Amino acid sequence: MQMNGAEILVKALADLGVDVVFGYPGGAVLNIYDALFGNTKVRHMLCRHEQGAVHMADGYARASGRTGVCLVTSGPGATNTVTGLATAYMDSIPIVVFTGQVPTLLIGNDAFQEADIVGISRPCTKHNYLVKDTKDLARIVREAFYIASTGRPGPVLGDIPKDVLISTAEYNLPKEVRLRGYHPNYEGHPRQVESAMRLLLSKERPVIYAGGGIILSNASEELAELARLLSVPVTTTLMGMGAFPGNDPLFLGMLGMHGTYTANMAISHADLILALGARFDDRVTGKIDEFAPHAKIIHVDIDPTSIQKNVPVDIPIVGDLKDVLRKMIRLVKGKKDAAAYRGKCSAWRQQLSTWSKTHPLTYKESKGKIKPQFVVERIREVTGGKAIIATEVGQNQMWAAQFYTYDKPRTFLSSGGLGTMGYGLPAAIGAQVAMPGTLVVDIAGDGSIQMNIQELATAVQYRVPVKVVILNNGSLGMVRQWQELFFQGKYSQTCLPHIPDFVKLAEAYGAKGFRATKVDEVAAVLKKGFAAEGPVLIDIVVDPAEMVYPMVPAGAPLTKMLLV
Amino acid sequence: MRHTIAVLVENEFGVLSRVAGLFSGRGFNIESLCVAETTDPGVSRMTIVTAGNDQIIEQILKQLNKLVPVLKVIDFTGTETVDRELVLVKVNADGDGKAEVLRLVDIFRAKIVDVAPRCYTIEMTGGEGKVSAFLQMLRPIGIKEIVRTGKVAISRGT
Ligand SMILES: Cc1ncc(C[n+]2csc(CCOP(=O)(O)OP(=O)(O)O)c2C)c(N)n1
Repeated sequence: MQMNGAEILVKALADLGVDVVFGYPGGAVLNIYDALFGNTKVRHMLCRHEQGAVHMADGYARASGRTGVCLVTSGPGATNTVTGLATAYMDSIPIVVFTGQVPTLLIGNDAFQEADIVGISRPCTKHNYLVKDTKDLARIVREAFYIASTGRPGPVLGDIPKDVLISTAEYNLPKEVRLRGYHPNYEGHPRQVESAMRLLLSKERPVIYAGGGIILSNASEELAELARLLSVPVTTTLMGMGAFPGNDPLFLGMLGMHGTYTANMAISHADLILALGARFDDRVTGKIDEFAPHAKIIHVDIDPTSIQKNVPVDIPIVGDLKDVLRKMIRLVKGKKDAAAYRGKCSAWRQQLSTWSKTHPLTYKESKGKIKPQFVVERIREVTGGKAIIATEVGQNQMWAAQFYTYDKPRTFLSSGGLGTMGYGLPAAIGAQVAMPGTLVVDIAGDGSIQMNIQELATAVQYRVPVKVVILNNGSLGMVRQWQELFFQGKYSQTCLPHIPDFVKLAEAYGAKGFRATKVDEVAAVLKKGFAAEGPVLIDIVVDPAEMVYPMVPAGAPLTKMLLV
Repeated sequence: MRHTIAVLVENEFGVLSRVAGLFSGRGFNIESLCVAETTDPGVSRMTIVTAGNDQIIEQILKQLNKLVPVLKVIDFTGTETVDRELVLVKVNADGDGKAEVLRLVDIFRAKIVDVAPRCYTIEMTGGEGKVSAFLQMLRPIGIKEIVRTGKVAISRGT
């Protein structure tokens, strides 16, 4: 059947099972919006900023595991997606972004609302396309979704010139994708896996260091099974929060700059590290030359470029974590040496638990002031730990990671790699759209929330009942913390005057607003806010001087932690 | 260490900037890069000369392999190859110089491809060392302009 490009795009989305598109219209995509009009399969949600739209697609993907979709116009619409693309790229999140483009004949002529978005987004997408012919459109849409969601996932951008949307072609969505140059390797090499297990069993101070890859490959159950079979302690990265049950006795907490004392000491004293879907980011390793000085390293990742990039690895395994972990489990399950191994490592576990007892994650109460950590603990209590938590960036993000326990994957959504302020609210909205029955909370800072607060309007328009909790410290807290520690307390441009009245602002958008200024109000306000219908913003005035501890100063080894 | 790398890519627009962008975006260095279609018009072949320690080269090879339009990456280091560069050079050709130029062209098996009253344009192909030696010899006579392609390489035998 002949259709125009816009109709082909919309039909392809429907045929690929896309139920929602986050977007913002404009001249170059008018035809797509026309084709979407009245479409009952593909719902469109109108955001208030294209950055919000991409983060929503991203939050949708992180919470559900499905690919998030975003549609924007050419030029400024397209450039507004760049931060969202870079955010998804750094954290390997499958999203597909469609941008309108000026007509093919005008490309390169500085036409009205033209931007070379294929060029601009090249370094922050897994792959991107400029569609040159309507005949290629359905195939490219198919490929885009395939590339975004397979191998190491990531964002893909499709740039579609206006004339391609208007011209007609036969609708022909390929069943299969055939790309000569793209063959992700899912199966870990069995002999490598065997040597890895042999090495592991020969050591007695092992640690599993798990990253976001576990969540992306849906391998949490396998991770838990292997760790428990051998009683190997587990630490996760920020991106790995929820990959391993936070309430499991084997869990050491997060490692790295704001990781737990136990996790950082464990890494520094381990004789073996089993790194799973983690990439040895500098926020994790601290001073790289002194990272895990006594350990042999086994590194499993689907992306070969992640291996051997930052640290030398003794046994590299390229493959999907689910496959590799299953192979590892098969090698030890029900075997005598697994039981023996648990015994052999008991002194190590004893040492770790002593560290946990002497140096737990903690904070000091201070009379009359609400501690942000206390708020996060109450959020955990009030939600029963069953919420999806999105975060902004800064202290709020670290406290959300430290003081809420994540029992399940896809319940902690945070911009780990890029550290994008303004991520949390739109991501929470996207997650809520994907998981309508779940309570979704954005733990925010007063700085970050102001970067995409306009998306409250989107939440109100579509009755998306996200709850935002602002840990309001009147400053750009995390930067202020660095100034306090490393710049003699010169708070250059980090105190935020003119913070709006967030309660009134919420109300102005048609959402509900609540506030707590006293310690004993916190739990009640959270309860009331979470129970209220529709989007809610809860402003909690916290101790402005509070700092995130432990902290490994940038460039220091993990053992040199500043403690509370 | 220097490495010569052949990269087979889909012959589609934008691939060159994807490859070049990978190098610049990650702080890798490109010494030279040559591209042209292969016998299969759907496939282009690039020859890239780059330098770095083992870890950097490993990253370069893996990162190249990761690009969707990249079909194959071959690092020629440690293998037998034939490699060539092409240079076009314009030299002074008056007085004594003229005879000297002709003699060098003969010795180096170069070719004069354009003649003007006071200058010759010479074409020469060869391994990097030969090209450099040739230019070295011409220098005292007076080189006006040089254009060099960078290296192309192919493995020896089948
Ligand atoms: C878009 C963006 N701009 C700047 C930064 C640098 N930055 C990191 S944390 C931070 C402060 C965040 O302040 P706030 O949102 O109030 O959170 P808090 O640290 O106080 O919890 C800033 C400015 C960033 N991460 N992202």
